[in-house]
Amino acid sequence: MDILTYTEAHHRFRDRLREFCETEIMPHVDQWENDHIVPRKIWQKMGHGGFLCPTLPAAYGGIEGDFIHCLIVTEELSRTMQTGLAAGLHSDVVVPYIESFGSDEQKRKYLPGCVSGDCITAVAMTEPGAGSDVAGMQTTAVEDGDAVVLNGSKTFISNGVICDLVVLAAKDPAVENKHQAVSLYVVEAGTPGFEKGTQLEKMGWHSQDTAELFFTNCRIPKHNRLGEKGAGFFMLMGKLQQERLVCCMGGVVAAERILEYTTAHCRRTTAGGKPLSKSQAVQFALVEMATEAKLGRTFMEKLIAEHMAGENIIVETSMAKYWATDLANRMANRALDIVGEDGARESCLLTRALRDARVMSIFAGTNEIMKGIAAKFMGL
Amino acid sequence: MDILHYTEAHHDFRKRLRAFMDREVVPHIDQWEADQGVSREVWRKMGRAGFLCPTLPTAYGGLGGDFRFSVIGIEEISRTNHGGLGAPLHSDIVVPYIMSYGNDVQKQTYLPGCAAGDIVTAVAMTEPGAGSDLSSMTTTAEEDRGQLVINGVKTFISNGILCDLAIVAAKDPHETNPHQAISLYLIEDGTPGFQKGRPLDKMGLHSQDTAELFFSNCRIPAENRLGEKGMGFLMLMDKLQQERLVTAVMGISVAEVMLEWTMRHCKKTTTSAGRPLSRSQAVQFALVEMATEVNLGRTFVDKLVVEHVAGNNVIVETSMAKYWCTELGKRVADRCLDLVGDYGGLEQCPLVRGFRDVRVMSIFAGTNEIMKGIAAKFMGL
Repeated sequence: MDILTYTEAHHRFRDRLREFCETEIMPHVDQWENDHIVPRKIWQKMGHGGFLCPTLPAAYGGIEGDFIHCLIVTEELSRTMQTGLAAGLHSDVVVPYIESFGSDEQKRKYLPGCVSGDCITAVAMTEPGAGSDVAGMQTTAVEDGDAVVLNGSKTFISNGVICDLVVLAAKDPAVENKHQAVSLYVVEAGTPGFEKGTQLEKMGWHSQDTAELFFTNCRIPKHNRLGEKGAGFFMLMGKLQQERLVCCMGGVVAAERILEYTTAHCRRTTAGGKPLSKSQAVQFALVEMATEAKLGRTFMEKLIAEHMAGENIIVETSMAKYWATDLANRMANRALDIVGEDGARESCLLTRALRDARVMSIFAGTNEIMKGIAAKFMGL
Repeated sequence: MDILHYTEAHHDFRKRLRAFMDREVVPHIDQWEADQGVSREVWRKMGRAGFLCPTLPTAYGGLGGDFRFSVIGIEEISRTNHGGLGAPLHSDIVVPYIMSYGNDVQKQTYLPGCAAGDIVTAVAMTEPGAGSDLSSMTTTAEEDRGQLVINGVKTFISNGILCDLAIVAAKDPHETNPHQAISLYLIEDGTPGFQKGRPLDKMGLHSQDTAELFFSNCRIPAENRLGEKGMGFLMLMDKLQQERLVTAVMGISVAEVMLEWTMRHCKKTTTSAGRPLSRSQAVQFALVEMATEVNLGRTFVDKLVVEHVAGNNVIVETSMAKYWCTELGKRVADRCLDLVGDYGGLEQCPLVRGFRDVRVMSIFAGTNEIMKGIAAKFMGL
């Protein structure tokens, strides 16, 4: 039984993307991990291949696909075992803000570049001291004539160094109700007063150019506001369902990759003259991991189908984000134990997988925040 | 998204069955638990009302329904929070052997009674010393002058006291290949040489009449063999997918029932600080975590039910679901008891029975270790 209905177009898209990943990405991953960033050129190649923003209308250069295309991108990129080319973040998390809330002018100006890979995006919500608690942010946006003046700093911003355009959340200090104070703005790289920090040294995601962003009397035109003034909090909340579903996808596919790698390893590695996979303890571990991967996959696919149907699944999405990202962490840990000392070497893909999985339970709203949201909407 | 696509007929069946349970089952459970068995009367009432063997053709008194009716039956019995009325075992595990492998005479003889509740069935595979490992069973069936002579002991047989008909797995001692030695036989209650033991005193499932069955030179007609000679092992293997799926549905259903009860309890019970338990963050997180796992298990099981109805081979996934959902039932029972606290130690708290009854689910229908072994084998490990 297929929960998701794949078409020929989806299959062709996957085939093309898989080939692209093998020729254009795989050979460069180690270099990118050392560089702590991916080259701009790969974004453009992704764009020209039609792999960025697949759901956007053709008028902006998109292929008018659906959310299954986004799943395919997540799945295929997960095979490359790198996090620097954050196409999912760009296509499925940031650009949808512009598509959903942008004016016609903003859309015409930015979306074609987002599709072609010439305009790489980032979203700046998190601040030092205000992570999952969006309402606690300090960055201010004050109107001054036809301009808006931005002051504050953002941190843990993925694509922070390479980004050409930032969707920034900032609050009007004159509005007391913190939920009505936040608006979203698009800020272009190079705007005076907008500075990017150096890449943050991180436990994982080595090829990802995560950075701090600084805004010091940064003046942007008033028409750079995205959507209604004061609606930022609700716009963020509205988009977080998809962001968290994307994280769930990331968790499930990471778990699947780890399992695939570990199973193959156990089949070809012998201990005491027989393959590791013939040991009952190893078999049980692999079966237990495979069971949880299947549970996560089935639940995820059901949620994707519901999300595509426009249903409100905030409780289930919060559950899926926490469970799938915890799963990736559990799987990475257990896989390392099964593989043994080889797993501790940098040459073993599990090393990077473990490192990269760890932050998933923290970003896009910590897993504790997820449980709090679920509890609230379950009426507890 | 509705994975199962229930029809009006399914919804109606559930509604009527739930009303039946509230009226004819729930008021008697405490008595049945004390009696170590349910009444024969409730089987007849269930059968007369059309709730037994819903998947049998109407010609035999069934509803001609699909496996989704069985799922509804399991879920509604689970809601009554007792494990004695072994209707799912009868309808969805034992009777399907007769339906699939019985000849016309056998079907005509037994199936109408099975659907009506006049014939309660049991399946006798497990022996002292041979549980999940079927090929090591020692009960024998030997041909003698046109009859079969059965000798051996079966144990942990659910419906063992009430059963009117037992499907007994026994082996031909002259056949050396253990997988080709087993055949299945229909043995009626009252056949000389067939004796039932006393109900076993068990940790849980107190209202279930689980018993030992003894066969001492028990002679049955040769035509009481079910299906081909020597095909028992394969017939059992073939039916075990459904048996294990039934068990997975039981696991997830009891987890849902216990979680639902505990959530209600936490909402209406206030702490000494004067606020509901459910306002405590620790309690909320525990409830959310359990609800998450229940959602995951339910979605997985629903998908497997659809695959099973479609006739797909889902042996790996069914083995996974059996182990995971029954472990989930145990985890949820345990954690709910911790949330409820000292009240959860009282016999009047429904969680107590749920906790006791769920414990054996990881053991029966093939232990969870056997499930993992099967999954490993069919995954090619």
